[in-house]
Amino acid sequence: MEDIEIISDNLSMLDDWEDKYQYLIELGEKLPPLEDKYKTDEWKVSGCQSQVWLVPENHDGKLSFRGDSDAIMVKGIIAVIMAIYQNKSAQEIKKIAVEKIFAKLGLQEHLSLSRRNGMMSMVDKIRHYAEEFVK
Amino acid sequence: MYDVYKIRQDFPILQKLIEGKPNVYLDSAASAQKPKAVINKMNNVLKNSYANVHRGTYALSDNITDEYEKARIIVQKFLNARSAQEIVFTRNATEAINLVAYSWAMENLHPGDEILISEAEHHANLIPWQIVCQKKGCALRVFKIGDDGAYLPHEFTKSLSEKVKLVAVTAMSNVLGTIFPIKDIAAKAHKIGAKVLIDACQAAVHQKIDVQDIDCDFLAFSGHKTYGPTGIGVLYGKLELLKSMPPYQTGGDMVDKVTYQYTTYAEPPSRFEAGTPAIVEAIGLGTALRYMQKLGLENIALHEQELVKYMYEKCQEIKDFKHIGSLPNKGGVFSFQVGNIHPQDLAYVLGKEGVAIRIGHHCAEPLVERMGYNSVARASFGLYTTKEDIDAFVAAVAKAQKFFR
Repeated sequence: MEDIEIISDNLSMLDDWEDKYQYLIELGEKLPPLEDKYKTDEWKVSGCQSQVWLVPENHDGKLSFRGDSDAIMVKGIIAVIMAIYQNKSAQEIKKIAVEKIFAKLGLQEHLSLSRRNGMMSMVDKIRHYAEEFVK
Repeated sequence: MYDVYKIRQDFPILQKLIEGKPNVYLDSAASAQKPKAVINKMNNVLKNSYANVHRGTYALSDNITDEYEKARIIVQKFLNARSAQEIVFTRNATEAINLVAYSWAMENLHPGDEILISEAEHHANLIPWQIVCQKKGCALRVFKIGDDGAYLPHEFTKSLSEKVKLVAVTAMSNVLGTIFPIKDIAAKAHKIGAKVLIDACQAAVHQKIDVQDIDCDFLAFSGHKTYGPTGIGVLYGKLELLKSMPPYQTGGDMVDKVTYQYTTYAEPPSRFEAGTPAIVEAIGLGTALRYMQKLGLENIALHEQELVKYMYEKCQEIKDFKHIGSLPNKGGVFSFQVGNIHPQDLAYVLGKEGVAIRIGHHCAEPLVERMGYNSVARASFGLYTTKEDIDAFVAAVAKAQKFFR
């Protein structure tokens, strides 16, 4: 998994959307594949235009997530989200201002409420898992 | 025919750059852009002649009531209804269909009765009937269409038993572009005593609608797809039917006499227009329909047929382009799949190229699944669409193919 700082540096060097998209696609390709057994309604994130699955993992109190999508670009955006929320405590997850990070990355349009891909639903689900974990 | 390049000047938004590129708007089936005539008319009403309708004893209210009722007459003529009383203004087509579901179907259907729809219905012409069936103990029958999207007469007649009390079909599929022979469907349905509701949301933009010729009992369409504003739709109903129906919602402006215990309702259409209506929007819709009539519905249809032909030709240039709904004589709605590219991925690239398409299930989830997909991309045309728009679409798809190779 790429570090979010590295992703940020790489994205900042890319000027046009084509290169940025190409880079996101590569990130998505590097995302470890999610086994088919998780590609069920149980792990599905609703509200997305493509199929998106999200699986939380707990390593000694730190949360990580694994995700996948049947859309290539969406997979790239998932890779960015995974990098942001990699190995964080529930408290840390609560504090992360993901919209700001996406804005800094120049990817804000992918998290806007109105955007058809509904990637914000994925972030909501991560926050939900974090809250559940605290309980 | 009209000069499409000239009339494009009537649509300010089409002059705008999107993502720094010309606005290639291929999502008119979802909602159409508005001509200056509509924008100016609505602005003008708000600035100079606004008041509430059906209330006033002063000039402004008299005038706007006049304008509002004139809009109704424009709709009446647009549909060739017998009387303006048969035209009910609603919020949209969805509300128009719900009105029929609650005020007619809930009142007139009994356990064991059936409602017949096609496989190609929009959710708005599906879910209200599911609810009626659940509440009234009726069955919802769905007649099959072909794998190419074709209307299959034998499938319809096979499903049309004496139990069917309502046939509710679209005049044109918003996913497949298929044009349904609604006049023939209505005649067959009437033969067994069923009532007929037509969802004309797509068809109203693409062809002349004549409710007397079709002989449908109800017909619904929305203003925002006919180049008018949002928040306004139309239900046409045969007068004797509307007169037999109770109100859908109750409140002001729809009553005859009210006491604390009892109310008698106004005649249609007022009976179905409770509360202050979408006054400016109704007037805007009138202007939009006038705009279409000025261009000529036949000319609009001809222009679209030419685009459909051109689109089919150009799509042959795209490798692995699969039409979902492939009838040669369909309306200007093209659902498609390109190779293995996910529609979402395709839309990302097209969006950046200034090409607006829609992806998803298009509020017709069972239909998209029946065609073998869970999401499809759709490009759709309006009266302002040009061959250059189609060229730009084809170029953008080619670019996406390079991306997602």
